Amino acid sequence: MFSLRRVSAIFLRQFYLMQGSPARVLPLFAWVAIDMVTWGFITKYLNAVSRSGFNFVPSLLGAVLLWDFFTRVMQGVTMTFFEDVWSRNFLNVFATPLSISEYLSGLVLSSIATSSVGLATMLVVVTTVFGLSFFFYGLLLIPYLLVLFLFGIALGVIACGIVLRLGPASEWFIWPIPALISPFVGVFYPLSTLPGWMRALSRLLPPAYVFESMRSIVLQQSASRRDLAQGLATGAALDVVVLFLAGWFFRSIYQHALRTGLIARYSAESLS
Amino acid sequence: MSLKVLRVRELRKRYGATLAVDGISFEVNRNEIVGLLGPNGAGKTTTINMILGVLEPTSGTIQVEELDLASRRAEALARTNFAAVYAPLPGNLTVVQNLRFFGMIYGVKDLAARIEALLEQFDLLAFRNTKCGVLSSGEQTRVGLAKALLNRPALLLLDEPTASLDPAIAREIRLKIREYVEAGHTGVLWTSHNMYEVEDVCQRVLFLSHGRILLEGDPRTLPAEHGKDTLEELFITVANETPDQPERA
Repeated sequence: MFSLRRVSAIFLRQFYLMQGSPARVLPLFAWVAIDMVTWGFITKYLNAVSRSGFNFVPSLLGAVLLWDFFTRVMQGVTMTFFEDVWSRNFLNVFATPLSISEYLSGLVLSSIATSSVGLATMLVVVTTVFGLSFFFYGLLLIPYLLVLFLFGIALGVIACGIVLRLGPASEWFIWPIPALISPFVGVFYPLSTLPGWMRALSRLLPPAYVFESMRSIVLQQSASRRDLAQGLATGAALDVVVLFLAGWFFRSIYQHALRTGLIARYSAESLS
Repeated sequence: MSLKVLRVRELRKRYGATLAVDGISFEVNRNEIVGLLGPNGAGKTTTINMILGVLEPTSGTIQVEELDLASRRAEALARTNFAAVYAPLPGNLTVVQNLRFFGMIYGVKDLAARIEALLEQFDLLAFRNTKCGVLSSGEQTRVGLAKALLNRPALLLLDEPTASLDPAIAREIRLKIREYVEAGHTGVLWTSHNMYEVEDVCQRVLFLSHGRILLEGDPRTLPAEHGKDTLEELFITVANETPDQPERA
């Protein structure tokens, strides 16, 4: 039976690790704050040199904020998982009544907490320093965050599966994943800029619908509410599919690890 | 309450062409310490990993208090716990944090009181807020045992629990485990390469070699029954057996 107490144990463990550990706490807000400051000044500069009168703040800075939120959600999942990798704790954790769904729920709960810190930091910086009001996006901000959150969770779970299968050294495959995806989802440019084959792939990626929707609001394009809702609903539906696939992927890797004994002998260079 | 805390039937684990565990069957009773002996590579840790649910058997069944591990995993593992020298608790958490984390996972009731009792029982009160990674081997072993007893397991698996400890601490650890088993309702499966220790704590031993149980009996009488002076001598003889000559010990 699914136990919330076991789920909260994973979260509590992450909280313990954060306590008194600047190396874990600082990255929650420092890098996103630096990102917001850097991109904030870039957008101010672009506003100053552009003669079009176009305001880059809500399009560029808003896009960077949403993208950083997505990467923080993904990292929130993977970092919690990596704690078990780094402390070689799999045998202790998986030889308990803890189920895979409880374990993954614990990773998600930890990610909600850590990504919320990042989001709050970014909102404070862009609002107070660069005057980006999120009322600009209206209530659509909620589905934007939701679609990106679900996709971040799904990719985080897939990333955990990869590291479980290939060993601790493969964590270096995980860090570049957001950078690999970003050209396809049109964080900074409309999808129409992309060649046909890239656009085809974009349609499968939920964040693409968020950034297209956000741009159409910023540019005050003639997209109807219905079109916007339809796009975001497609993104959310794709999220559900990707989440399901991520859960299936991790479970399959876990079953493989049980069959081969990988969990019992998971160590610095376990590759099989 | 059933007398058997562990029932293993025809357990087999195959890795490709290698048969690591070859259809073994055995039981562990309540208030009994059973030694699982054998040379390196005999299949002891493979057997323990299967009982812990972290390695899937190729065939066979495992029951903990009559609960089938394959179909009722969470319930069976809630009644099990283990300590192994190769599975230390995370060094970046304090003693209390580790115990609280695992206590919640095992669903321990009145956890705070249980942790306090174990800290006292294993002389860990002074280290409650110390990170496990900076404890000595003996202290880490005691923390591992405290974690292993958190849920008052019906089945306790100890894989070389006193390896790397000095004789005085090893004796102290053995004493604590024996006291616990005598006072409670736990059955223990204990692996060790220290035959003195095995004679001291185990009521029964199983000799495993090449994935099969070759001998079973009381460690104090078994050597004489097989024409040997000591358990160590018997161990060496069994360890040198080839898979085709299991009857010559």
